[in-house]
Amino acid sequence: MEDLYQEIILDHYRNPQGRGLREPFEAEVHHVNPTCGDEIDLRLHLESVAGVPTVADVSYEGQGCSISQASASVMYDSLVGLSVDDALESLGRFQHMLQSRGQESGDEETMGDAVAFAGVAKYPARVKCALLPWMAWKDALSRATEGESHD
Amino acid sequence: MTTVHGGTVATATPPLDVPAIRAQFPILERTVRGEQRLIYLDSGATSQKPLAVLDAERHFYLTSNAAVHRGAHQLAEEATEAYEGGRAVMAAFVGAQPDEVVFTRNATESLNLVAYSFVNATDKARWGSPLPEGAERFILSPGDEILITEMEHHANLVPWQEVCAKTGAVLRWIGLTADGRLDLDRLDDLVGPRTRVVSFVHQSNLLGTINPIQPLVSAARSVGALVVLDACQSVPHMPVDVAGLGVDAMAWSGHKMLGPTGIGCLWARPEVLASMPPFISGGSMIELVTMERTTFADPPKRFEAGVPMVAQAVGLAAACEFLNDLGMPAVAAHEHDITGYALGRLQEVPGLRIVGPLDNDMRGSAISFVMDGVHPHDVGQVLDSRGIAVRVGHHCAWPACRSMGVPATTRISPYIYNDRADIDALVEALDGVGSLFGVG
Repeated sequence: MEDLYQEIILDHYRNPQGRGLREPFEAEVHHVNPTCGDEIDLRLHLESVAGVPTVADVSYEGQGCSISQASASVMYDSLVGLSVDDALESLGRFQHMLQSRGQESGDEETMGDAVAFAGVAKYPARVKCALLPWMAWKDALSRATEGESHD
Repeated sequence: MTTVHGGTVATATPPLDVPAIRAQFPILERTVRGEQRLIYLDSGATSQKPLAVLDAERHFYLTSNAAVHRGAHQLAEEATEAYEGGRAVMAAFVGAQPDEVVFTRNATESLNLVAYSFVNATDKARWGSPLPEGAERFILSPGDEILITEMEHHANLVPWQEVCAKTGAVLRWIGLTADGRLDLDRLDDLVGPRTRVVSFVHQSNLLGTINPIQPLVSAARSVGALVVLDACQSVPHMPVDVAGLGVDAMAWSGHKMLGPTGIGCLWARPEVLASMPPFISGGSMIELVTMERTTFADPPKRFEAGVPMVAQAVGLAAACEFLNDLGMPAVAAHEHDITGYALGRLQEVPGLRIVGPLDNDMRGSAISFVMDGVHPHDVGQVLDSRGIAVRVGHHCAWPACRSMGVPATTRISPYIYNDRADIDALVEALDGVGSLFGVG
């Protein structure tokens, strides 16, 4: 169980980063995990920095287990300040690690605190908890940038 | 005498021999999460299966497997006898006649079968299509009302929402009191001349509340509404006799009462079943078929299209016999004892709040709780790491959770193979939860 409840995860759960809904934002989404009832409201604010679309803020409110709440906090720390393209890459790495059934431990260099969720991948029922905020962010991005392309 | 379920159970009932019962459930011997002994407290979700049930299914497949109600050979004959014999045992278990019990896939399908009787009768009436005699009671008009309660499992909520969406009927519900009982003070306002259905849960899967049947039945009777009972959490746990209940239809599942998955039941009064139009249609449920039209078999076959679940019916009958051997009054008394013990012990855990009735009167063994500062999912995970299997989440009763002011709960649901020592292990494991998450 120590695999699952890494100290980093518990720290983020007790002291969530970036929590609260803020202005301005271009997209707001509400995602739920219908099997357990976890919910998140998430707002995304993008800015152009030197012509590069950048994640200026991710603000959120939610209720749920330590895994989903800590994941939102880690996501905030991981994504804010990144270019949209880099943020999408971070999402890809996180998702890949979580869906590896514990085979991928993640690269701390590129992923930071998010590697603490590697243990979650060994508990299939909890993977969706960890992914909930990230999937909400991805949805918010696609809404905020409807009609644009990111490749 | 101890009041358990509106009737009485003699306290003189000999106690269950839990170690002997456990020996009939090999799965309870296994270890989980390393070398932890499995403590299974999730029987409200699904019960474990005794050897007698597994053996009955295996024996059927080994000796008599064939499709029922067809085939000119001996195996088909034996399979038909096994299937219909299973129905007779199940029916007797709830005090019903065999032809009054329809086998379905699960209790959700049983409730849908009733709900769709309204949709289908209303649709067919609109087109002037033939309907069984007495089907008028299933024809809805816009503004007709369906009354349920706020503690329903989604299986007794969503199908009625669907009926409303398709017919213009209006869904109303009985709210809950702070301690998780039905707020019957407004019952007279909620039941009126437009009320066509009163459908409610016997024992709440979330709160453990056992609902009083009589006031709801008499309110429904006074306006001629059909009374439907969701008995998923009562048939496995207490003596249930349809004749004494006064309801018109009752749904329950096999897998929560030691039986196999894949089989559920609907009981209804014979005149009610006879007036219901078919639900799933196709083979086996017909009387005469031409290219133009079909007439339908009498119940229960009218509602059992396709090749039915014969082995499951055999297994379910074995489950009934297993419970009969224990005696349902003894089962209820055992659960009453363990529930009272658990209610007391759980309230000793710092920061723990029980969601549902605290008193052990008209209460079943499902006990939901929340812990300050720790999400139910995390509580469940810590318990799992100690080998204790519980359920977490909204328990398919999301509106009931909202009504009780919690997003989710952790739930234990002990059964015949659990004892006080299991509750002690639970409480010991819970004592460490708060400190792990830095809130204890």
